Amino acid sequence: MKYLTQQSLHDLAAAAVSAQTTLAQIGLQNHMRTTDEKETVVRQKMADRLQVMRASVEEGCRQGNLSDSGLSGGDALRYDKKTGDQGGLCGQLQTKMIRNALAVAEQNAKMGRIVAAPTAGSSGVLPAVLFAIAEERGYSDDQLIEALFTAAAVGQVIAFRASLSGAEGGCQAECGSAAGMAAAALVELTGGSPQQAIHACALAIKSLLGLVCDPVAGLVEVPCVKRNAFSAVQALTAADMALADIKSFIPPDEVLDAMKSVGLMMHPDLKETAAGGLAATPTGKAAAQGCISRLT
Amino acid sequence: MNLFDIIGPVMIGPSSSHTAGAVRIGQMAYTLLGETPSKVSVELHQSFAKTCRGHGTDKAIIAGLMGFTPDDIRIRESLVLAAECGMTFSFTETDMSDAHPNSVRIIASVHTDRKVSLQASSVGGGRVRISEVNGLPVDITGDYPTLLCMHQDRLGLISELTLHLAQNKINIANMRVFRSARTELVATFIETDQLIDPDILRKIEQLSGVGSTYSLPPLQL
Repeated sequence: MKYLTQQSLHDLAAAAVSAQTTLAQIGLQNHMRTTDEKETVVRQKMADRLQVMRASVEEGCRQGNLSDSGLSGGDALRYDKKTGDQGGLCGQLQTKMIRNALAVAEQNAKMGRIVAAPTAGSSGVLPAVLFAIAEERGYSDDQLIEALFTAAAVGQVIAFRASLSGAEGGCQAECGSAAGMAAAALVELTGGSPQQAIHACALAIKSLLGLVCDPVAGLVEVPCVKRNAFSAVQALTAADMALADIKSFIPPDEVLDAMKSVGLMMHPDLKETAAGGLAATPTGKAAAQGCISRLT
Repeated sequence: MNLFDIIGPVMIGPSSSHTAGAVRIGQMAYTLLGETPSKVSVELHQSFAKTCRGHGTDKAIIAGLMGFTPDDIRIRESLVLAAECGMTFSFTETDMSDAHPNSVRIIASVHTDRKVSLQASSVGGGRVRISEVNGLPVDITGDYPTLLCMHQDRLGLISELTLHLAQNKINIANMRVFRSARTELVATFIETDQLIDPDILRKIEQLSGVGSTYSLPPLQL
């Protein structure tokens, strides 16, 4: 059981149900068994990561400067200014998620300190949803740390069955995986069941299935920064549906297997090589040329 | 992958392979040299060369060469800091034929007397592989404490080496031996569960036929 729960969302959820606990706890217990690390040590490590995430949101919301390449920067501030205290069209919670995701992804592009979750390119999604919902509903840091364990436990299965690398599986493997992890984390944080959490993960990933990795100039900026914001919203939508007991018609493990096979079928030009998609548009190519002259 | 490979590493953006991995490669050169170099030449291959400035790969490598870790905010300013310390450095594009797209060769020296060269690749998620040290092929990941020993091709030398480790209660996790026909030297590298302290290292260096020997702590990620 110890290993199977890292290879199958079904087994992970089954283990949580039979032990009357959460995905987060199963992930934590497995980690302690395999590494011999004490619970206090493991929790402290996760608490440290939560603090880095928080700082990256706060920094990103403050700094409006451009990245070295000039391709990104300033959108988090622009969006925050426009939406203000009222929130945007999306309502308060989503507005904060969008702002946070832009903030962290811009920080990443500007060589700020971030937590890869699961990757640097998708590092905005988890902090976006966690700090937004904490701001709205007053969750404690201990609850957010628990939610990070949920995300990590689900992420382990995605890594095993599919991929977390844009070069291997396209953006679905980075932002898609981050959205799946964030959706499951939101479900457990708000009191949903293990079953609802793995279905939320599947729903979020399905919504981003097939997404290509086509960064302009090969840099983690266009379209990566904005895709973090969209992925955060997908996670929220998926969690909300799952909490209403809406299920993924395709079982969660089969969704991950589909993601892997889609990644394998994807043309190399669409897997982080900046040779296809948005990177290969006239504007994308011109921007890449512009970067070269700006950076040399 | 453990939980902290999924939620982590904590790093300076924007790319785990082009930035965090590049720092770790620089750190490895720093550890081999034992101090911050005064002169550095960096040759970048393919993807490392093409997106170097935009990903801060140049800053990352120089930061590593000053002993910074991948989460050190000073990485942003490393080129300025290095110049202030009197380091001179150059970056050039090179073709390493069929090497991994994110590959680099670093030649670093302290004034004129001490020098180290290494070839390495950043293979994803901040993981690295060092494939050559001082002209000898190796395969070091930096995930474990590592003993790297350059020695002559002498019968029984490796058994003396491992005996020293056993006597000092150092357990071997992985081990490989590379012979170079060109230099008639052998690079033996041993990944261990425990870090090898300087006293043990000195004893190993006194074995007949043993040349440069390094104890490399695991690289933080």
